[in-house]
Amino acid sequence: MSTQQLTYAQAACLALQEAMRADPTVVALGEDLGRGGVFGQYRGLPQEFGPERIIDTPISEANIMGAAVGMALAGLRPVVEMRVIDFALCAMDEIVNQAAKNRYMFGGQGRVPLVARMPIGIWSASAAQHSQSLEAWFAHMPGLVVVTPATPADNYGLLKSALASGDPVIYMEHKELWGATGAVEPGAVVPLGRANLLTQGGDLTIVTWSRGVSLALEAAAALAAGGIAAEVLDLRTLWPWDQEAVYASAAKTGRVLVVHEAVQVAGFGAEIAASVAEHVGCKVKRLGAPRIPVGYAQVLEDESRLSAAKIEAAARSLLK
Amino acid sequence: MRRIRAFEDAAEIASQGGVAAWGLAAASKPARVRGPLHLSTGQEAVAAGVCQNLVRADLLTSTHRGHGHTLAKGADSTRMMCELFGRANGYNHGKGGSMHIADFSVGMLGANGVVAAGIPIATGAAHALKLRGLPNIVACFFGDGAANRGPFLEGLNWAQVYKLPVLFVCEDNRISATTPTGPMTAGEGVSARAQALAIPSEKVDGNDVEAVDAVAGRLAAEVRAGGGPRFIHALTYRFKGHVSVDPGTYRDAAEVAAALKADPLIVARAKLLGRGAAQESIDAIDREALAEIDAALAVADAAPWPKVEDAYTDILNTGAGVWR
Repeated sequence: MSTQQLTYAQAACLALQEAMRADPTVVALGEDLGRGGVFGQYRGLPQEFGPERIIDTPISEANIMGAAVGMALAGLRPVVEMRVIDFALCAMDEIVNQAAKNRYMFGGQGRVPLVARMPIGIWSASAAQHSQSLEAWFAHMPGLVVVTPATPADNYGLLKSALASGDPVIYMEHKELWGATGAVEPGAVVPLGRANLLTQGGDLTIVTWSRGVSLALEAAAALAAGGIAAEVLDLRTLWPWDQEAVYASAAKTGRVLVVHEAVQVAGFGAEIAASVAEHVGCKVKRLGAPRIPVGYAQVLEDESRLSAAKIEAAARSLLK
Repeated sequence: MRRIRAFEDAAEIASQGGVAAWGLAAASKPARVRGPLHLSTGQEAVAAGVCQNLVRADLLTSTHRGHGHTLAKGADSTRMMCELFGRANGYNHGKGGSMHIADFSVGMLGANGVVAAGIPIATGAAHALKLRGLPNIVACFFGDGAANRGPFLEGLNWAQVYKLPVLFVCEDNRISATTPTGPMTAGEGVSARAQALAIPSEKVDGNDVEAVDAVAGRLAAEVRAGGGPRFIHALTYRFKGHVSVDPGTYRDAAEVAAALKADPLIVARAKLLGRGAAQESIDAIDREALAEIDAALAVADAAPWPKVEDAYTDILNTGAGVWR
């Protein structure tokens, strides 16, 4: 098949459609899936696969996630839709104590091949309970893979890898990327644990993921106009994360700025910065949100948002 | 039933001093069974009576008090005891212990350290069986305390909405850890909650294995026939404390004494003798059970420990524990 221009939502839909055609044990379950999902990311799938495989559920996050664990143990490969990550908090026991622990605590008797989609990030004017970026919580948890696609091509290729992984995958799309368009090459699988080096440069490395990627590229362009050459590295997956790529770039540039939309305090940027400091020993800096809930009014929301200007300023301060 | 009692009694002895709790220090010499051990002593008739009506390919989810369910579903007592001893040839290779006892090969999908957590898992397993067109059912065991957690409502609703093949079994031992469940539970209790979701529910004397078997047989057949979920409320009593080192002295002595008289083993023995069974043949069952568990203890005592590197296996295919 030839390359297609797809939105981020359509790209994921295509990946899931291909997986469901190839494997009758792949099912999806969650609230509002019968109408194609609240963000349209399942559009067309209810018509093709019917209500038995695109399963409309009650508003029961704990049971959606717990049932997915049971389904996986009984021979299915469920895709769980949590709608937004904020609602996945209602299913934390099922994610952390059940899905993540099952394989280890039962000595490998069972496997839990599920993909839990839980969109992260600020979605315009949605305020404190619909805007969080909690990827660090899950990266902290043994037994979980954590994926944060930034582009339509990656949302296609990483979802394919997630569906094939055989372990519980926390799959975090970004709510403000659903409509982003880009070229997607059907069949182009993106492996877990491999970062994407987007620009080359010798002055500093910007490590980021998800919504941070396009903003970091904007910042890098602005920096380049001022004669500063930044390498932008899209981490793509937070567990496993591509230490090789990060350390190689850090060794080359000697300065690493980690950028994420999540709150900076105890964010995953801290893990990367500390690891770089330990292994490479170069200068590190983090840029994340202040430790405040996301506010509703634009002026408040903007305090929690990343921007190219904020990234550029952080990069310049690292170069001082 | 007799095998479960023998297993629990042996595990109880092997666990003394295994964990610091109830004002008692852990023994200086590690116990053979370390950590919290939740015994189902006194509740054997529920496990035995229900599992009598399951086949190997049926599935089962359990609770933290899960040894009886595991044995009754057909697991091997030796590999179970090895797991309690933390040995490499235990069911979970020493990674789970008592609280996570499981034998997936007989459909026993695991004991669970979180109250009510098995309920959503059971509904999902049943959902999978239904979608895959398989003829099997899931038995979902939980305690009276579970009825006050959210997943109880979510799971029962789910099972009824999708008409799933689940046999819910509330093993009502009247106590939530150390707190009597009755005063903590509003309304008419667990059966009423099931009935509010239009799930047919039956109450049964959980210390009478024949009665449990009869109810479970009837309800399991209805579930198997595609009738959707059914609910058994089995009234029983936990003879021991919450964990094996808990003397359970917070309970009324008269209540405990009365419960001990209704021991499911005594009830079953009396019924058998009343029908003319030979004392000797019942004693032989006891002896066989004790000999089986003695042998399991001997194997567990001699079994190898896991290796340090086993701490890093069975986590993830990608990036497990250490990076790549």
